[in-house]
Amino acid sequence: MTAALVAAAAVVLVAVPFLREPAPRDDSLREPREATKRTLALAEERDRALAALKELEFDHRTGKLSDADYRELVGTYRRRAAAALQGLEPAP
Amino acid sequence: MADLGRAALFVSLGLALYATIVGAWAARAGKRRLADSAGNALLAALGSTAVAAAVLVAALVRHDFSFVYVAQHTSTELPTGYSISAFWGGQEGSLLLWLLVLTGYAGAAVLLNRRRAPDLVAWSVPVLGAVSIFFAFMLVAVSSPFATQTAPAEGEGLVPSLQNPYMLAHPPLLYLGYVGLTVPFAFAIGALLARRTDERWIVATRRWTLVAWTALGIGQLLGAHWAYVEVGWGGYYAWDPVENAALMPWLAATAFLHSVMIQEKRGMLKVWNVLLVILAFCLSLFGTFLTRSGVVTSIHSFTESPLGPWFLGFICAVTVGSLGLVFLRLPLLRSKTRLESLVSREAAFLYNNLLLVALCLTILWGVAFPMLSELVHGESRTVGRPYYDFFLRTFGLPLLLLMGIGPLIAWRRASLRSLGRMFFWPAGIAVVVGAILLALGAGSSTPGLAAYTFCAFVLASIVLEFVRGTRAVGSFTQLVGRNRRRYGGYIVHAAIVLLALGVAGSGAYGSSTERKLSPGQSLEVGGYTLTYRSLTQQRAANHVAVRAAVDVSRGGEVVARVEPGKNQYFAEDQVSNEMAIYTNWLRAEDVDVIADQIDPGGAIYFKALVKPLVNLIWLAGLVFLAGALVALWPDAREQRRLATRYALVEA
Repeated sequence: MTAALVAAAAVVLVAVPFLREPAPRDDSLREPREATKRTLALAEERDRALAALKELEFDHRTGKLSDADYRELVGTYRRRAAAALQGLEPAP
Repeated sequence: MADLGRAALFVSLGLALYATIVGAWAARAGKRRLADSAGNALLAALGSTAVAAAVLVAALVRHDFSFVYVAQHTSTELPTGYSISAFWGGQEGSLLLWLLVLTGYAGAAVLLNRRRAPDLVAWSVPVLGAVSIFFAFMLVAVSSPFATQTAPAEGEGLVPSLQNPYMLAHPPLLYLGYVGLTVPFAFAIGALLARRTDERWIVATRRWTLVAWTALGIGQLLGAHWAYVEVGWGGYYAWDPVENAALMPWLAATAFLHSVMIQEKRGMLKVWNVLLVILAFCLSLFGTFLTRSGVVTSIHSFTESPLGPWFLGFICAVTVGSLGLVFLRLPLLRSKTRLESLVSREAAFLYNNLLLVALCLTILWGVAFPMLSELVHGESRTVGRPYYDFFLRTFGLPLLLLMGIGPLIAWRRASLRSLGRMFFWPAGIAVVVGAILLALGAGSSTPGLAAYTFCAFVLASIVLEFVRGTRAVGSFTQLVGRNRRRYGGYIVHAAIVLLALGVAGSGAYGSSTERKLSPGQSLEVGGYTLTYRSLTQQRAANHVAVRAAVDVSRGGEVVARVEPGKNQYFAEDQVSNEMAIYTNWLRAEDVDVIADQIDPGGAIYFKALVKPLVNLIWLAGLVFLAGALVALWPDAREQRRLATRYALVEA
């Protein structure tokens, strides 16, 4: 009897998505489109560049990075962040 | 009751099959409700496995000897706590624990990630399901804890060495570690199957890896302490194959936790990270295989069983399948960025990774060698302590040094002048400490002296990192709060330093002696005099305890009385060695006394060891846990940043 209850509870739990939405308008698994994948890659690039700028600032302030290296690297990552942000802006 | 347990396991197997087959089809066909249903099957499998576990616990507590497993691992006189711990004291029970923890992790991973990354979860569910199928099948068809018999009047009891409070926590923590590595593996494979090689699988699994790694680390330290206080040989790590089996996935996961930062920060090492996750998971399966197959002789392993070929087949299938998939997806895993300089933080991480993996693989070779030699030469040849100690020194000492070097170097590149400025104080402190130790006689062990000197360097660099960081940010709490992973990591590094100090101190500078004594006689060890006074015998619930009274003196003054001895267990018909420990906190050392052989006339063959700094190893466990918790603590800023990033995908 208890075993049957365990099995029945399992079946109900497995069926929940169908019981909750017997006739959904959209049953497709959200597949990121190519445009979305590009957006995600740009968002990752933006976050990486912004995090890098923070790190460069921190490493410079704690004396790990020389002034010359800091100036050169900050320029590189500012450009990367700007390019990513530009790519993320909606087209006019 | 046994029928209920069997039925619950059948349900778990059916649900795992459903999650795998239907889940894979749903992911491929892009069916949302079906994919959710497959995820729910894993949650339901957790429920049914929990029912099976509850049945076994109830039988253990009630000493229901009609269960073969209960009769083999408990007795009526076994205290309730140890009766419950018998759940993982035997092969079938520990397999059930594997499945319970696995379905628990799988259910939690599905619930916490299905909204943020539904496409990724849809592909990870079949992988989690496939691993669950293997363990559920083992429990249903090969090694069931619910086999029944006509109940005997008394059970065989639990192995005496397992009747120790540490056994209540050590195996479950190891399982949390071993099994937890399934989640990053499933998400990595899921990401490859789905062709989604962005960072979401890393974000989804980083915390799971950290949880599993922490549990595995603490579990091993508890196991080491158990070996130290219970097994009665005066050591804490014997390079036993089963001990190594837990160390190897921990080393692989440690490498991953470092290299994953390079992927997050620089978008590099994608292939390497996937390979490390696969390696860690395969090594956790290999560890389970070693414990259960009976191919190696170890105090931790179960007797010879039919599980070995099944496990070996599964490990081969996982390894070949995973590597094949990585090969097929190589074009998607190419990095766009390159290492800018060989003198940079990321380069230090890379060196650390190479050393960790090299150490891991040399240990793997040492563990596998007896099996391979038997296969090739027909006789099993083992590699002993010198092999492992050599490679621990070869790879471990540079690793220790790198822990101090890494934090002092900037990301991306570092100039000679800034390196000189950053290294001046830590290197200076290390040289001074090394010179003082040399003058005090620590030069008797070159690796020991090197370890102490490197430890001083690492500790100095960690302290300086906190000081410089606090100056730069303006507040200590803000510094740690803004980058919990980095500073939690530094605390973990401090724990590793304590561990290294304890291992070097107790290993390189310890002393020992052995002698047969009659009452009234003494022996000398490491400046202590141990005088054997008398022998007593006392009956406990399930054993007779024989104890020798031994006075510990230093400088002519008795500082403690210890009572080493043996326990004779009735039901188990076994004897355990009960070591006695006197801790001298002022001198930071332990005096371990072992009554190795007790003659009927009352004479005892004693072993005595002095272990300097050994308690730092256990202190390292507490510091390690504190560091891991800091790193694990949720970071609201990061959560917001990730939510903003993934909102772009959901829009």
